[in-house]
Amino acid sequence: MQAGTQNKKLKTSSKNVAGRGVESTSYQNRFVKGIPFKFDYEASVESTEVVKIKSQNELFIGGKFVKPQSGKYFKTLNPATENVLAEVAEANSTDVDLAVLAARKAFATWSKLSGHERGRYLFKIARIIQERAREVAILESLDNGKPIKETRDVDTPLAAAHFFYHAGWADKLEYVVPGRSVAPLGVVGQIIPWNFPLLMAAWKIAPALACGNTVVLKPAETTPLTALLLAEIIQQAELPEGVVNIVTGAGETGANLVDHPDVNKIAFTGSTDIGRRIQKAIAGTQKRLTLELGGKSAHIIFEDAAIDQAIEGVINGIYFNQGHVCCAGSRLLLEESISELFVKKLKKRMQKIRIGNPLDKNTDIGAINSAGELQKIQNLVGVGKTEGGEFFEPNLTLPSKGYFHKPCFFNGVSSAATLSRVEVFGPVLTIATFRTPEEAVLKANDTPYGLAAGLWSEKGSKIHKVASRLRAGVIWANTYNKFDPTSPFGGYYESGFGREGGRHGLLGYLEVK
Amino acid sequence: MKIAKTIKLFIGGEFPRTESGRSFAVTVFNTNNVYANLCQASRKDLKNAVSAAKAALGGWGGKTAYNRSQILYRMAEMMEGKRAEFVDVLMKTLGYFNEDAQKSVDQGIESLVYFSGFADKYQQVMGSVNPVAGPHHSFTTAEPVGVVGLIYDLKFNLGDLCAQIGSVICSGNTLVALMPFEGSAVIAPLSEVLATSDLPKGVVNLLTGSRDELYKVFGSHMEIHSLKYQGQDQKISSDLQVLATGNLKRFVGNKSDSVSLEQLLQFIEYKTVWHPIGL
Repeated sequence: MQAGTQNKKLKTSSKNVAGRGVESTSYQNRFVKGIPFKFDYEASVESTEVVKIKSQNELFIGGKFVKPQSGKYFKTLNPATENVLAEVAEANSTDVDLAVLAARKAFATWSKLSGHERGRYLFKIARIIQERAREVAILESLDNGKPIKETRDVDTPLAAAHFFYHAGWADKLEYVVPGRSVAPLGVVGQIIPWNFPLLMAAWKIAPALACGNTVVLKPAETTPLTALLLAEIIQQAELPEGVVNIVTGAGETGANLVDHPDVNKIAFTGSTDIGRRIQKAIAGTQKRLTLELGGKSAHIIFEDAAIDQAIEGVINGIYFNQGHVCCAGSRLLLEESISELFVKKLKKRMQKIRIGNPLDKNTDIGAINSAGELQKIQNLVGVGKTEGGEFFEPNLTLPSKGYFHKPCFFNGVSSAATLSRVEVFGPVLTIATFRTPEEAVLKANDTPYGLAAGLWSEKGSKIHKVASRLRAGVIWANTYNKFDPTSPFGGYYESGFGREGGRHGLLGYLEVK
Repeated sequence: MKIAKTIKLFIGGEFPRTESGRSFAVTVFNTNNVYANLCQASRKDLKNAVSAAKAALGGWGGKTAYNRSQILYRMAEMMEGKRAEFVDVLMKTLGYFNEDAQKSVDQGIESLVYFSGFADKYQQVMGSVNPVAGPHHSFTTAEPVGVVGLIYDLKFNLGDLCAQIGSVICSGNTLVALMPFEGSAVIAPLSEVLATSDLPKGVVNLLTGSRDELYKVFGSHMEIHSLKYQGQDQKISSDLQVLATGNLKRFVGNKSDSVSLEQLLQFIEYKTVWHPIGL
């Protein structure tokens, strides 16, 4: 970030240097040998040369890219420019049939392969993702709209890490459940969202394959390109054909997969509404199900928190990935004694956020993934404005083209207000206050969801007490939005069931005998 | 003349009659003689039971695992003390031979002792410290899922029924259970065991009544977090799965090996906590 000798002379707090997305503050108003100077960001490379996007993209079935039986294609856009990136095949029920058939055929041999051999393929996939990381990251930013800073430092390395971690499990499955033997489930249908397209594909595919299952994956219709790049990587890794099949399309393609009689398990990440529909659709069948759904996660700041660090945590908690995060800390709960100071600091910090071109490595907030999502966020902000509370958005300039939304918050919102209850899935925060830890816990738990929660305090015993009382699957204490393949992720209540990651994540892909 | 016991429901640690005032007769096995008139629990009784179970969650889950373990063991002790009464009900209403009835009580006691022992062990078996790639302490603990509904719809089996109860509550869940129809009268000694074991009020609530009348209320109740259907009726099972979607209840189907870790894990959530490591 900066040379150590300069660092000593900085007037800005050294605390500001740590953490994601704070470059903007640390670069301001420096003093070197008493002479103040300011400098701007370096121009970013922003080259997309390394990425080759085919104008027409096919389905990946049985190890080959094949034209869809449907004969139909749909367009995928760059949400930051609204330009069409490519056309992508739309799988109909026949295409899904073929994909499931290929997966079923492959299951016979893949499940019999030694764990050691299965692991080898997964290690190889992990390595190729690492080798092609730049290409992967740029393509993800192009198709999704998220900042390159995130695709480069979060999505891509984590996707590789998921394959690497699970590769090592493939020959150690007898240690997953003590004293029991385990077996794969069969063909797994996996449906993933658009907010972390490649990462979600890795979260789903890696454990399924390590456990000896075969996969039919349906990526989201607005972000299919990195899944298809992953298909290329899978080909390059010489994974036996049919072990992973990728069918692109929209909701109907997903429904065909869910309804397919020869699928043994459905793993879905997405909205609670769709999760509910899937649970309903498979009722009465023998299909297994894991759901990773929505959230309205509370982020609690106690008066004894390290305030400046907590500010960074809140920024990261709600504005990371444009707020398109199921576990976003979208309900900020401030202890009353510090609320005024905190809100003031938060406003100041938000003014430093850089929004714009996702390919600029200085960008903190990129484009909203689609026009539809932008409209949804705008509508909810509109509702928020009619329901009251202090609305704040920083004075930032949005690009003239593309789907962008300023980071914003509503301060003083009651827990009955729409924005306190409904998942916005965008850069919109609500702020409320509390007086006692009991009240904080009560307010935090006052939601049908239970995916995540954050809390900030410098007092260890308080952290453990509150963390144990919060009803959510992931609790971040003095941090937020941390993910790791070794760490189970998933929610309570209407945030779904099952875990992804860690030893617990494997349970969703195994039959315990 | 001997005094006959009035058999009632068990809700919130009390023995209320059904608010509906309805009853159904249980006969002495293979005769038309009435053994007892049991309460036919209504939708309102079920709702009261769920409220009691919800209210009991914090206190029960907040006890130490060691304490929960001792209370489950106490339940087994009280069951032993009521052995004669269990045997009597089993012989009279279900036609068990004395030997089978005794064995049945043994199994019930066995199940409770088994899950008593698990109350402070499943956490270590299933918990983990996660070696994340960064300066963070990340650990995963097993926690109760919340209020569990149980519809017991198999042939009466005291060992299995006690395993269902033990496996649900040993981790800190609370339970609302509909007794198996054929063995409904067992509610009398069973609820007295529960009432005298230092088990807090509302942790286990027992109802007798009609499966067909009540199962949909279980399925659609928004404050039941997990629903166990210990039965084999395909239509009921699939109806319950559809109804469960209302609040994304965890639906748990029939399972035969109920004295096992897997049985307990059906009513568990995993919570992962992160904290930075640094100076």
